[in-house]
Amino acid sequence: MPELIRVGMADYKVGRGSATIISYGLGSCIGITLYDAETRIGGLLHIMLPDSTQARSNENPAKFADSGIPLMMENILSMGGSRSRLVAKIAGGSQMFTFANATDIMRVGARNAIAVKTILKDLRIRLIAEDTGGTYGRTVQIDLNTGIYKVKTIDKGEKEL
Amino acid sequence: MAEDVLELSAMQMDALREIGNIGAGNSATALSQIINRKIDMNVPKVAIVPLGDVPDLVGGPDAMVAGVFLRVYGKAPGSILFLLPKESAFYLVDTLMGKKHGDTQTLDFMDESALMEIGNILAGAYLNALFHFTKLTLLPSIPALAMDMAGAILSVVLVQLGQMGDHALVIETEFLSEDDGIKGHFFLVPDPGSLETILTAVGVK
Repeated sequence: MPELIRVGMADYKVGRGSATIISYGLGSCIGITLYDAETRIGGLLHIMLPDSTQARSNENPAKFADSGIPLMMENILSMGGSRSRLVAKIAGGSQMFTFANATDIMRVGARNAIAVKTILKDLRIRLIAEDTGGTYGRTVQIDLNTGIYKVKTIDKGEKEL
Repeated sequence: MAEDVLELSAMQMDALREIGNIGAGNSATALSQIINRKIDMNVPKVAIVPLGDVPDLVGGPDAMVAGVFLRVYGKAPGSILFLLPKESAFYLVDTLMGKKHGDTQTLDFMDESALMEIGNILAGAYLNALFHFTKLTLLPSIPALAMDMAGAILSVVLVQLGQMGDHALVIETEFLSEDDGIKGHFFLVPDPGSLETILTAVGVK
């Protein structure tokens, strides 16, 4: 039985080899996975918000795209992952409820997706697959053996990124 | 730290529990009258939980639920979420639409509208009771409905809190119909600044 590591909201986990890292029920949040295929070291980060500098409370860096991605990357590198080999896959960023006059906070899913892509670009990490947007929840899991990022939904089936 | 919600006194917790009790009691009566069945409710839970743990209150982040979401406007803004496990939502729709139990397997436009109206009525009853207790005028927004994973639906509420802190104060009440067909969770989640306003209004600041 391969090890299954669970990641909660505003958290991240890293691992290597046979482990699978999973995060359940993402809505507007985004699950970002960074993976080095050669050493099979990788991680999964579950962010809630785009920008820690806009928040009144930012003690938890894993809550935000701008502070969480570099943090997880450093962790992977310290385990022996190679920065030049790291690739990213992302999923989530949906809008669960639609209101006629959606405020900024209601569109946070789309803003999360934009922020994540900008930060990956700044860090020069290649984004090789994405499944973002929509109006439905996702459960995501990364198999560190293969690097396959599985995205499960209730009505829209399951896909592998 | 913007506001350390972890340091509520026993008296403040009691006051919040009483608010939940009065609000949810009014809501349960309203629901009972609509579906013509007795509705039981438990003693409201007032809990301060890490954001990531909130989905566990309703069966885990990947449990399939129907959620009616409303924003609360006024002097003590916040969010209201009425969550029903999928089976309960279908059962409630059957009851409301005069169908045989087990008929509803997916929600059509009318079913969705009916569930949103229920959310609307429950929220109205809840806030109305709150007004009598606190004299704070609180108005619900138009309801919105989603049927999906509990974690994904709850994240809508939690994201608002996430900008302010890492914990959520939830006032939660469970509803149960006498035939066990309907089980729902009613959440009032005050925005961080609202807590002080509510506590001051009931005189336990």
